[in-house]
Amino acid sequence: MRQKLILALEDGRAFFGHAVSPARPPGEPTSGEPADVVPAAVEPWTAQGELVFCTGMTGYQELCSDPSYRGQLVVLTYPLINNYGVNPADRESTRPWLHALIVREYCPEPSNWRATQGLAEWLGGYNIPVCAGIDTRALTRHLRTHGAMRAVLAPPAPGSLPPDDGDAGAWLLGRTPGVEGEVTRLVERARGIIPLSEQALVAEVAGPAAPDTGAAGHREPYDSSVWAPFAEPRRASRPYRVVLIDCGVKHNIPRSLTRRGLHTIIVPYNVTLEEIEALQPDGVVIGNGPGDPDGDPSLKTTIDTLRRLIEGPVRRRAMPLTAVCLGHQVLGLAIGGQTSRLRFGHRGANHPVKDVRSGRVYITSQNHGFQVDAASIPPQSGFVVSHVNLNDGSVEGLAHKELPVFTVQYHPEASPGPQDNQYLFDRFVDHLEGRAGD
Amino acid sequence: MADKPKKVLIIGSGPIVIGQAAEFDYAGTQACKAMREEGVVSVLVNSNPATIMTDTDVADAVYVEPLTVPVVERIIARERPDGLLPTLGGQTGLNLAKDLADAGVLEAYGVRLLGTPLQAIKRAEDRELFRTLMHELGEPVPPSAIVHTLAEAHAFAREIGFPLIVRPAYTLGGTGGGVSTSWGDLDARVASGLDASPIHQILLERSLIGWKEIEYEVMRDAADNCITVCNMENFDPMGVHTGDSIVVAPSQTLADKEYQMLRSAALKIIRALGIEGGCNVQFGLDPHSFQYVVIEVNPRVSRSSALASKATGYPIARVAAKIAVGNTLGDIPNAVTGETSAAFEPALDYCVVKIPRWPFDKFPGGDRTIGTQMKATGEVMAIDRSFEAALQKAVRSLELGGRSLLWEDERWRSDSPQSADLSPALWGAIDTPNDQRLWALMAALRQGVPVAELNRRSAIDPWFLERLLRIQKMEERLLAEPLTPGLLWEAKRLGFADAQIGTLSESVQGLPDRVRQMRYELGIRPVYKMVDTCAAEFEARTPYFYSTYEVENEALPLPQPRAVVIGSGPIRIGQGIEFDYCSVHSAWALNEAGWKSVMINSNPETVSTDFDTSDRLYFEPLDEESVVEVLANEGRGPSGAMPPVIAQFGGQTAINLAASLERAGATVIGSSVQTIDLAEDRRKFENFLDRLGIPQPPGAGVTSVKDALTIAQHIGYPVLVRPSYVLGGRAMEIISGPTDLERYLRTVVAPTEKLPVLVDKYLMGKEVEVDAIADGEQTLIPGIMEHIERAGVHSGDSFAVYPAINLAEETVDQIVDYTGRIAAGLDVKGLVNVQYVIYGGQVYVLEVNPRSSRTVPFLSKVTGVPMVRLATHIQLGKTLRDLGYPGGLWPRQKLVAVKAPVFSMSKLIGVDTYVGPEMKSTGEVMGIDRDYAPALYKAMLAAGINPVPGGLLLSIADRDKDAAVPVIKQFAAAGYHLMATPGTATLIESLGLSVRRVGKLSEGDPAITDLIRSGRVQLVINTVTGGRPVLQDGFEIRRAAVESRIPCLTSLDTAGALAYYSLTVSEGQYEVLPLTEYTRWPK
Repeated sequence: MRQKLILALEDGRAFFGHAVSPARPPGEPTSGEPADVVPAAVEPWTAQGELVFCTGMTGYQELCSDPSYRGQLVVLTYPLINNYGVNPADRESTRPWLHALIVREYCPEPSNWRATQGLAEWLGGYNIPVCAGIDTRALTRHLRTHGAMRAVLAPPAPGSLPPDDGDAGAWLLGRTPGVEGEVTRLVERARGIIPLSEQALVAEVAGPAAPDTGAAGHREPYDSSVWAPFAEPRRASRPYRVVLIDCGVKHNIPRSLTRRGLHTIIVPYNVTLEEIEALQPDGVVIGNGPGDPDGDPSLKTTIDTLRRLIEGPVRRRAMPLTAVCLGHQVLGLAIGGQTSRLRFGHRGANHPVKDVRSGRVYITSQNHGFQVDAASIPPQSGFVVSHVNLNDGSVEGLAHKELPVFTVQYHPEASPGPQDNQYLFDRFVDHLEGRAGD
Repeated sequence: MADKPKKVLIIGSGPIVIGQAAEFDYAGTQACKAMREEGVVSVLVNSNPATIMTDTDVADAVYVEPLTVPVVERIIARERPDGLLPTLGGQTGLNLAKDLADAGVLEAYGVRLLGTPLQAIKRAEDRELFRTLMHELGEPVPPSAIVHTLAEAHAFAREIGFPLIVRPAYTLGGTGGGVSTSWGDLDARVASGLDASPIHQILLERSLIGWKEIEYEVMRDAADNCITVCNMENFDPMGVHTGDSIVVAPSQTLADKEYQMLRSAALKIIRALGIEGGCNVQFGLDPHSFQYVVIEVNPRVSRSSALASKATGYPIARVAAKIAVGNTLGDIPNAVTGETSAAFEPALDYCVVKIPRWPFDKFPGGDRTIGTQMKATGEVMAIDRSFEAALQKAVRSLELGGRSLLWEDERWRSDSPQSADLSPALWGAIDTPNDQRLWALMAALRQGVPVAELNRRSAIDPWFLERLLRIQKMEERLLAEPLTPGLLWEAKRLGFADAQIGTLSESVQGLPDRVRQMRYELGIRPVYKMVDTCAAEFEARTPYFYSTYEVENEALPLPQPRAVVIGSGPIRIGQGIEFDYCSVHSAWALNEAGWKSVMINSNPETVSTDFDTSDRLYFEPLDEESVVEVLANEGRGPSGAMPPVIAQFGGQTAINLAASLERAGATVIGSSVQTIDLAEDRRKFENFLDRLGIPQPPGAGVTSVKDALTIAQHIGYPVLVRPSYVLGGRAMEIISGPTDLERYLRTVVAPTEKLPVLVDKYLMGKEVEVDAIADGEQTLIPGIMEHIERAGVHSGDSFAVYPAINLAEETVDQIVDYTGRIAAGLDVKGLVNVQYVIYGGQVYVLEVNPRSSRTVPFLSKVTGVPMVRLATHIQLGKTLRDLGYPGGLWPRQKLVAVKAPVFSMSKLIGVDTYVGPEMKSTGEVMGIDRDYAPALYKAMLAAGINPVPGGLLLSIADRDKDAAVPVIKQFAAAGYHLMATPGTATLIESLGLSVRRVGKLSEGDPAITDLIRSGRVQLVINTVTGGRPVLQDGFEIRRAAVESRIPCLTSLDTAGALAYYSLTVSEGQYEVLPLTEYTRWPK
């Protein structure tokens, strides 16, 4: 019998699915990784957090290992998952971070030449449950209408339901007698979850300071050989030192920098200006990360550091600075702007973004639930909105009118998603090289 | 950027042929709509009347004229457009645009090519230029050589080895291409490829058999914004033409790295080419590494882009047309959400499966293997939330006589039940791609062959094979386990039809009805999900749905009043685009009457499955279960009852559903199920005609071989035999004697109690066809069409002439009288088609079809009577009088229109091309003018029979020899050089004409086929001795002609028409006018 799971939402709605059993039973941590979220030994197949959806059709492994999904249960709108398994090369960090994955169909026999493992097996090693069988389209429509919300994924309490008669249809359609009580219990529990906005998620995901990539710039913390087919002809190593602030950065950001021959030094989110200055950087990049930029207490130092960075070396000696996703939001706060919550966020690989100056439209990879409010940007900051989302008009990028500073809300490093925006890293290099503009 | 054009010429794709089907009607119609929205005047030319795009209200000026340079030049001179849209009319439209440019016509009249520049088209299509560009971009292409001669081909083969792919330049559907596996077949492949290419150029390249084949649909605007609309993965690996592959969207076995690698390459290529509009990029991908190669780029809207549009909801043709007149993607509103723009990439939350529809059910003798040359006439698409369910629904949509995935060929059974080995026939069907491979894979799985072994032999990705295995495992469970609610649910989730479950499960004793009853009791019903381009991220307005077994239903019933139009499914021989035309018009007429229209169809190529054609579109198989569930869904809620069903326009597909829909509680409006049954049941129909005193050729429906022989003896041979309830004359033959009759009944169609075989006296007279609209009291006959070929040639393969020019006044009166009485007697409400034969001065009824027919679009266009519109209003309860139309024969128009059949025989190896009672043509064209001769001339020109004297090869059957004499004289007088087989040559010499005598193949002389291939023959006339041709000689002559693209006439009547009329017209002696000008001609 398959393990039944209930996905209970804080607004009272519930969906019903089955656990995708990992090869190993949950609850046995692998290779010293922390068992987390909800200790599986206590409550197997249980997870809680903010429930969001993502519309990308490929890239589930990159998504699962994207630290920005910390604190979240993620619904994949594409219904067929694990078709191509997972492999060691497509991770965007050292481990999966999301709290649970909700899918329609889980493929037990992945087929791809690089696949070394099944997705559920990999996630199971971290006690991250995969729930299949859910009407993910109905769930997505619900979230689109009512917004991202808190939810609990859990099995029904033992003995709360009649013995399983194997009628999967009745279960998935929510027709199993006695299920209402369990729903009520789990909805109550969902309402008790600490909201995402109040959690210190960045501190959870940011790694320790990564090793210096060295002046040659090519040492990368993971195997990049699979990237060979994509890499543009490698440029000559450049004499620039870049500090990358890690709030839970996806590995393809440092990869995109080092591939351009930049000497990249990764520093933790709570770095101070002094610590940065001590590294004598030619430029600074701040990457993506989870949570609410305004609510996450771990970001207080980061915002302060950015403010001082802009007022200091950036303004003083036109030091290039660029920011991605959470980094963009943090910069927005640092220059005196405000951030707010999007109803259900932008998560996917198909969002059109318009470059306000050129009129060009770019297809982007996105993953964010918060935005910088255009109206809140102080005119005296010198920053203007450089990119907008064509779908809802939200801010997708900021640029300083004079200084070599630009930010984007979306993911130029892609992975997953379209690689159309890698040119932004080239633009950063242009700034480092003192070449004007675009 | 250049200014927006004021007036634009759009070139259509001409007749439906293999490789170019209804998708270009869809594309052209969208383009015309887009022009209207942009305020640009549109001028359309297409030779195919059975299209929505040639409706006079779709474009501002519509020309139904041959697609040749001189004709289009005259249109340009008359209309003076300032722009030409070349990329929406398939390869035909594109080639014509290039020819117009090369001939200097565009420059002379100041016509700008819009959208993709000519240079880009040439770079994409010319192999050499394309390969050079790919090298510049660093994009890999397979090792290959451009070859113009056999010697060059040999040199390359020595260097690279086999297998090699032969791809002729500038052809559609890969005509003339193929895979050469050894020196043995290289010469033949190269020769046919060079022949097929208009520039005598082929590409030889290393075969990548076993690699994955992946396609991307890409769009770009003049501001260099680029998007990919969708990608697709072929179930069949490289080596099978994408039009003949089972295709799934989006790709299933690509990780994001691979997906993005190919996407980036596709964008790089479209940018480098400078395409403005849509294009399709095909890749081969090594299943064991990141290695890939660029196979091909189509710099235009294609079959794949139509599929991608329907698979995603993104209207590629419409957006491409708007880009062509200067818009950018960001300016073009997204018609789906109504809020966002066209600059986005659709996100799918379902799986789409396309399966080609091949014509081998009609040509059992044809070569069923599939390769680089496309053979399918059409395709079906199905959508669901899993691959398994989408695949099974697509199989049901094929309408292969109710064949599900359970079907197996008898030859696949293992010889001995003990033997663990598969039969060689089964392995053969797996090793070599063919139309039945999907079923063969299932059969092998049932016999326990592991997925790994099937992957090794077929190179189909294990992912797809595992999905098939999952279906097969469910079959096992259904066979072995009691049908519990849980099992039933899981089977439905995997796309099993009630009929399949009924067949497998003992619990329901093989009864599908019991399965349905059980489902209804348990509340296991499909829900309907929307195709919205955005995976539910935004609220969308598309009324476009598919079924699935899940929680939430998004298709709440439409408000009253509403009616359901049943479409006609995949394009196949005998049921083509004409029926889609009718379905679309019916939906529009419903709206006109204030009703909401609901369309059900499974064909992604068509206008009917455009999401804005009807108020609601259900993309579903046209089988009873799917249609009943849609009706039930629309009948839920306070409105209660199922909506009425219109079954008259979807060809035999819809008509065949009528009775079972009524049994399920639906109301079929218009002609009743009893009417349909009366017309189709031979005995009842005979009695009916007897009562009316209307003659028909003597004959009967028989249920045994013995009865058949008795009846045939009684009425006298030759007899015409056919199964009941079929369309397109499937398995219809003219039988000359009892031995032949027994052969037919034993090997072609066996009569049964349920499905009798019809045996009729064959009357070789003039065939006349009538389409009429009846309201129960009055009958309006828009026109009478006369066939050029005598009875015995299927009406779909005949040249038809409107008005009937050779009929006596009394005969016309009699036809009008009979038609009116038949319609009234049958209580027809809506359309009826009656076929007559005139023999010995007497009018006989051959056939009555109480539905729309193939000729409805043709007749509607030339008479101006909106036949489908009137029929739809009548079905809703109006009368002809209410609609302002009289009964009787509509005034004869002062024009002549000829409908000519078009064949795709060069694509179908091993199929005999002679015309007979079984339909073989895939499409039609129309020639229209003030007189018969120029109309016929244009029809022939449009059908590819260029009436210019040259070499004429004759091989006339003995019994036609007398009749052939005047025809031969006429050709000789017109200046043809005569060549003939010995018997015919003797005849010609006896007439005092000079002739070149050519030996018979059967006597060991290959001269005749060599002669045909030599280029000295421009026309072949080869008549066959009645019934099935037995002479191999004739077959070889006809095949040689077809493969050398030389017109081959097998009916002396067609040849006579060509000789007496077409040859009297010289180039330019015909009108080129908008359709409305002909019909508006002074009375």
